[in-house]
Amino acid sequence: MVMIGSVLGSTLRLTAPLLLVALAGLLSERSGVVDLGLEGKMLAAAFAAAAATAATQSIAWGLVAAVGVAAAMALIHGFACISHRGDQVVSGVALNMVAAGLTVVLGIAWFNTGGQTPTLPAELRITALSPGLAEPSAAAQAHGGFLGALLGHGLFSHNLLVYMAFAAVLGVWFLLERTRLGLRLRAVGENPAMVDAAGVSVPALRYGALLMGAVLVGLAGAYLSMAQNASFSPNMTAGRGYIALAAMIFGRWRPLPTLAACLLFGFLDAMAIQLQGVSLPGIGEIPVQAIQALPYLLTVVLLAGFIGQAIAPKALGRPYLKER
Amino acid sequence: MSNALALPRWIELGILPLWNLAVALVVAALVVKLIGHSPVQAFEVLVNGALGSPRGLGYTLYYATNFIFTGLAVAVAIHCGLFNIGAEGQATFAGLGLALAALYLAPGLPAWALLPLVVGAAALFGAVWGLVPGYLQAWRGSHIVITTIMFNFLAATLNVYLLVNALRVGGGSMVIESEPFPEAAKLPAVHELAARFGLELPSSPLNAAALLALAACVFVAWFLWRTRAGYALRAVGSAPRAAQYAGLNPRAQVLVAMALSGALAGMVAVNELSGVQGKLTLDFVAGAGFTGIAVSLMGRNHPVGIVLASLLFGVLYQGGVEVAFELPGFSREMVVTVQGLIVLFAGAMAMVSAPLFAKLYSLFKGAGRG
Repeated sequence: MVMIGSVLGSTLRLTAPLLLVALAGLLSERSGVVDLGLEGKMLAAAFAAAAATAATQSIAWGLVAAVGVAAAMALIHGFACISHRGDQVVSGVALNMVAAGLTVVLGIAWFNTGGQTPTLPAELRITALSPGLAEPSAAAQAHGGFLGALLGHGLFSHNLLVYMAFAAVLGVWFLLERTRLGLRLRAVGENPAMVDAAGVSVPALRYGALLMGAVLVGLAGAYLSMAQNASFSPNMTAGRGYIALAAMIFGRWRPLPTLAACLLFGFLDAMAIQLQGVSLPGIGEIPVQAIQALPYLLTVVLLAGFIGQAIAPKALGRPYLKER
Repeated sequence: MSNALALPRWIELGILPLWNLAVALVVAALVVKLIGHSPVQAFEVLVNGALGSPRGLGYTLYYATNFIFTGLAVAVAIHCGLFNIGAEGQATFAGLGLALAALYLAPGLPAWALLPLVVGAAALFGAVWGLVPGYLQAWRGSHIVITTIMFNFLAATLNVYLLVNALRVGGGSMVIESEPFPEAAKLPAVHELAARFGLELPSSPLNAAALLALAACVFVAWFLWRTRAGYALRAVGSAPRAAQYAGLNPRAQVLVAMALSGALAGMVAVNELSGVQGKLTLDFVAGAGFTGIAVSLMGRNHPVGIVLASLLFGVLYQGGVEVAFELPGFSREMVVTVQGLIVLFAGAMAMVSAPLFAKLYSLFKGAGRG
């Protein structure tokens, strides 16, 4: 029970940021804009969150800064690709490079500790809602094996952002499938000319989708540097933005399957930590790298159509030019 | 890309890229200012560090060598309509091939026999790592951008696994790197070559791979514009449907382009491992694959432009190291930032200023006529 509880707990903890970013990518790509810059936005948001919190001594300002920076980058992406029909992939790659460089440059210049931000004290971190359940064995002792370790530590030991991430799945699903705005967003990713003919602005919808996504990416970045860790360190996203993109493709650009893919990737990540140096009966020691490589491998296999077809939105990656 | 604005060639190919580069550098200068340094002083140290001494120049050219290889790799793929973000992974995998050849293929061979094998292994492994995403795109319809990104991670993870578990140097060393290569698998440094001809050059990591890079430029230019296969490749890149109608096989061209692209990216392993380090290390590509994207964009996917852009990035890299060394609180990641800004302004926003130039040009022409 204690072991299952801790695997469940860390799976949810590792899934949350992935899920937020994957949903952001989903919103953007369903509107027809490729979002390769997720990694960079997440990294910049993580830096902004930790730096602003350290400077203002306020969690709220940290969150505002994270979302603000992600939104600013989304606007740059939109300016290049929506307003000026630049290449969406190139723009995303550029944003990732700028974020990777700038976070370190500013970190060293402002805090002088090798690119890290100052360690946030406990009261300035985003902490668990019920701290008593933080340790699986302590939770088991207080409430019993099943209630304490499995349910308590596994499901109820998390911070607010984790629950928000899972709630966001329903939110994005509802938005896309049950609202007029969602219908238009989906339409603009499939056939922008039709949306244009109906008198709805294609650029406005695409900018809107990017900005909604930026809120989610901003929270994901803040989660990394304020909840999972107590400071920003260079390249701390370590490819999570790409994994999230992979999860979104794995989820075939739909919210609920994307949740399933994120949970799978989160679980693999948790197992990679759990199984480090453990020898399994009959199999032997599984190399950590093999588990780490699985999400990438699964994505390649899925995209190649070996486990069903992944069909992208039709207008994805195509800039829209209004007829004059 | 359809371009509604008719600009003369010299503006589109000459002025516009320079203007975009200038915008990127101005933004970079603002960042330097923001962190409390003088952009002018940083620029002086940068240029001086990269070009001011023969040793600095050696380092600059050594970095430029990597960028020529990855820039050509990205360009060849682009001519076939493919955006290869996987040069990083292809170079990493090529490094594995190179190390395996150098360490196990034929340890006793003399340099003249072993070196071609080592270079060939790097090219072969790089080509394979490019071919697989190419095949998946051409036959299974998966998107090359996503697949090559995934292959970057797969190559990196594989490299870590093999280095830690199979190739790691013995004797309880904490450093994660392979056994040193035999002497015969190492490329001579340029200052050693020069010494043989009685020329005295300061020692630097610049090695014979630089000559290989120039040969690669000539080869790519010849291949793309002077051969039938190169023509087919470009035809598929500019109009896949028409190319198919004309009897070409777009799928085969994708394979050719990605194999050649991967092999070119793989030459980074030759410059780094065979030329300088003499062993397989973790993350020896160090972002050169991504720099290749910026180089190719700046160089307009042409070998001559790529050499010029590679020199620019070589100056930025070597100069960046010197600036980080000279100015306290300045980090060499500034180079990555500048690189990102160049990709942003010269790549994604390349046409943002085009209307401005079109207006200026028509004003100028109107004035000339009237």
